[in-house]
Amino acid sequence: MPLFLIARIAGQGVVFDADQVDAVVDIGEVVDVPRVDLSIRGLAALRSRVVTVVDTRLALGLEPVADHVRRAVITRQDGHYYAMLVDELDDIETFETSPMPHTPPAHGRWGRAADGIVVRDGEPLLILNLARLVPQGSALVC
Amino acid sequence: MDDLLQEFIAETRETLDALSGEIVAWEADPADRGRLDAIFRFVHTVKGSCGFLDLPRLSRLSHAAEDALAAVRDGGRVPDTALVNGVLAIVDRIGAVVEAIAAGVPLDNSDDEALIAALSQVEMPIAAPSPRRVMTAARAAPRSIRLNVDLLDRMMSGMSDMVLARNELARRLRDDVLDPRVEAALDRLSLTVADMRDTVTRTRMQKVDALFAALPRMVRDTAAELGKAVNLRIEGSDVDLDREMIEMMRDPLVHIIRNAIDHGIESPAERRRCGKPPTGQICVTARQSGNQILIEIEDDGAGIDVGRIAAKAVASDLHSAGQVAAMSAADRLNLVFAPGLSSRDTVSTLSGRGVGMDVVRANIEHVGGRIALDNRPGRGLAITIQVPLTLSIMSTIVVAVGRQRFALARQSIEEIVRVRGDQVRIDPVGPVQIATVRGRRLPMLPLGTFLRMGDDAPTTLVIVATRDGDYALGVDDVLDTEEVVVKPAAPAVMATGLYAGQTLPDSGLPMLLLDGGGLAQAAGLRFDRGADVAATAEVQRATPALLFDDLDGSRRAIPLGAIDRVEKVAPGAIHRSGGQLRLIVGETTMPLHAVSHEALASAAGDATIEVLRLTDGEAECAYAMAGAIEIIPLPADVAPADGGGAILGVTVWEGQAIEIIDPLALFMATTPAQSEGAAPLCLLDGAGAEWMDRFLRPALEAHGYRCALRLPDGEAADVRLVMDDDASTTTLVSAPVVRLRRDRDGPADPDSIYRYDRSALIAALAGHARRGGR
Repeated sequence: MPLFLIARIAGQGVVFDADQVDAVVDIGEVVDVPRVDLSIRGLAALRSRVVTVVDTRLALGLEPVADHVRRAVITRQDGHYYAMLVDELDDIETFETSPMPHTPPAHGRWGRAADGIVVRDGEPLLILNLARLVPQGSALVC
Repeated sequence: MDDLLQEFIAETRETLDALSGEIVAWEADPADRGRLDAIFRFVHTVKGSCGFLDLPRLSRLSHAAEDALAAVRDGGRVPDTALVNGVLAIVDRIGAVVEAIAAGVPLDNSDDEALIAALSQVEMPIAAPSPRRVMTAARAAPRSIRLNVDLLDRMMSGMSDMVLARNELARRLRDDVLDPRVEAALDRLSLTVADMRDTVTRTRMQKVDALFAALPRMVRDTAAELGKAVNLRIEGSDVDLDREMIEMMRDPLVHIIRNAIDHGIESPAERRRCGKPPTGQICVTARQSGNQILIEIEDDGAGIDVGRIAAKAVASDLHSAGQVAAMSAADRLNLVFAPGLSSRDTVSTLSGRGVGMDVVRANIEHVGGRIALDNRPGRGLAITIQVPLTLSIMSTIVVAVGRQRFALARQSIEEIVRVRGDQVRIDPVGPVQIATVRGRRLPMLPLGTFLRMGDDAPTTLVIVATRDGDYALGVDDVLDTEEVVVKPAAPAVMATGLYAGQTLPDSGLPMLLLDGGGLAQAAGLRFDRGADVAATAEVQRATPALLFDDLDGSRRAIPLGAIDRVEKVAPGAIHRSGGQLRLIVGETTMPLHAVSHEALASAAGDATIEVLRLTDGEAECAYAMAGAIEIIPLPADVAPADGGGAILGVTVWEGQAIEIIDPLALFMATTPAQSEGAAPLCLLDGAGAEWMDRFLRPALEAHGYRCALRLPDGEAADVRLVMDDDASTTTLVSAPVVRLRRDRDGPADPDSIYRYDRSALIAALAGHARRGGR
């Protein structure tokens, strides 16, 4: 059974595939990246590495994560490290996965980032695919 | 070429070693597609490299095997035992030949043909199955090892991490009072780390020769195919370049040279018609400039037909005719970089392979390089590629905007100026801002405003050079220079086009590396290369002029084109003779103008005065002034001055009336229209007088002297010229004497002047005449 990291974003319980998660950290000072995709909060140093900090809530089309939130899940995508801000981190557990039931169009972004659900103590948790939360390099109109 | 051959041998050995297992497996199961493909790839690679390295024997062998295997892959042949044996025999022979090349010994080739023939036979046992692994000589000890680039990369990134760890350690340690022993150890560590970093960087370096070695052959073949005669010259093969960079440059370079032969160099007949030598020249040069490598590919062909490119752009709906018509010449030339455009109407077998100049440019820019064209229609094309020496370490300057810091590649920076005093002005011109730096107008980009980080007026301008032109980047401060390890930023960050990468400097806070060209593009700055003037018609048309404070306290302007330079002179250099002022400059004198002699006299009481040196290309004169202010565009409406003279007219600049000086009038006054009585009189005396009269008089008169062989009645000579060895001189004249000698280095009177040394003579005369005039 696959291993999942349980987290909470904007009140919604979510899980990340443990294979996608490099580390769980509290990030330090974030340096702005002007004129970049809104969901990128900035850059932070993690040991001797630069990580791109992603406001996971904005990436999901929600209100931004509060400024003081420092907890993040580190994931590596295409050779780049990203720190995905989350409101809360819980446990690591194994779950049986099941496909997404039905996604109403209003939940567009959640739906696009989700790979299915798992159920923990009767509560359904969304499986978020971190690769799909990372903003892509499409050119922005500035 | 030797390096390439070594590389080929090493590579083939390596693949053969890896392949031996596949061969055995294939022998057991000839229908196994995966094994077949592996062997096919091997012979295919060998074939490719052989053509390149001119190894016809290996080429023939591998070609035959490839043909047979291709037939199997297409289903045309069944991999029967005969075929398998035949292929294996050839693979073994390739190995043997390679070893022979490595050891430098000959290998009998009499049965190559038998091996090849065996391949085409179906179901016929090979007469003499070749023994596996024919070893003709002891394997030569390798002189180098092959390393995976990944390994080098990991080494490099480990190295950067080490540098950063050291930096952090140093930072932590400095927080406390440092034990000298700890400090010494830290310094030693720093030194070792720095040294190590250089070494690791060098492991990634390769001679650019690796890039150039294949060119002669390619040029020969391409030229032969097209029926052209081309001579290739290569210079600077020993320049070092990052391996990865060499790989990235390979395709663009090959493409550019093919283009040069195919589109640039004309056929011999055509060249004769144009009056060029029938053999075309291509020159490829590499040189290092700071931490950049410049590769220049220059041909003497027809150049780019810009009109044709423009027409093509219109025909292929890339731009409208109006758009093209409105483009500057440079923009139109740059259309060659547009995707899908070729100046050729027919696609040739060589260049028309879907790789256009757009791909070339994209490849080069991908590694942080630049490509520039210098098109000389009818005479050739020079393409300059500029790439950073290495992809990883970069020398930068750190600029501050608001609370944030950014790095800028040092080689893209022309200069840094503070916005302060008269040197720098910033004017809004319509929607853009123009910075005027010492008379040079540049489009300005206030970084803080552009990055939406605040609207403070910039206090420092960084003049950034881009492919299209220079511009002034307004920042709050320039903090430091720093060598940084640059890594690519996340795709979404790179997609803004504003950043060239990210780095973690000593401060421990990530820092973005700005992309100077990208910023200009995103901000929509427009350049007019060469003119350095923004795209405002009014500014473009105006004549630049220097605004200065004149000696009488008023402000005047003079067209910039007439000014050679501005310099400070000592009052002693000003010499008055007969109502005319002359300025002594080095060994000569030139007419000096001033608004009035009184103003000059009072100004010259001070330590030094400033003069404008004017030139019309031939004559020179000077104009004394109090000080230069700035360079202004001369307004179009000038009210003609009524007084005439040196004042061209009056115009208004920033609410002040300023007089414009007419340089023509100054030059007119310069030509000796001297009043006879006023010019200093030079007595040509003694036995050499005849010679002087013939040879020196014209020069002396041109410099404002009158010459006489005998003193006119009632006049005194201002200066007397005699030959050094002459005794028969008019001793009655009391004027100062300038002595001339016949020999250039004669041991005569050290004060004498060699008679043909005109400038020394004039200077000496001027000096004496001034003293005599007092």
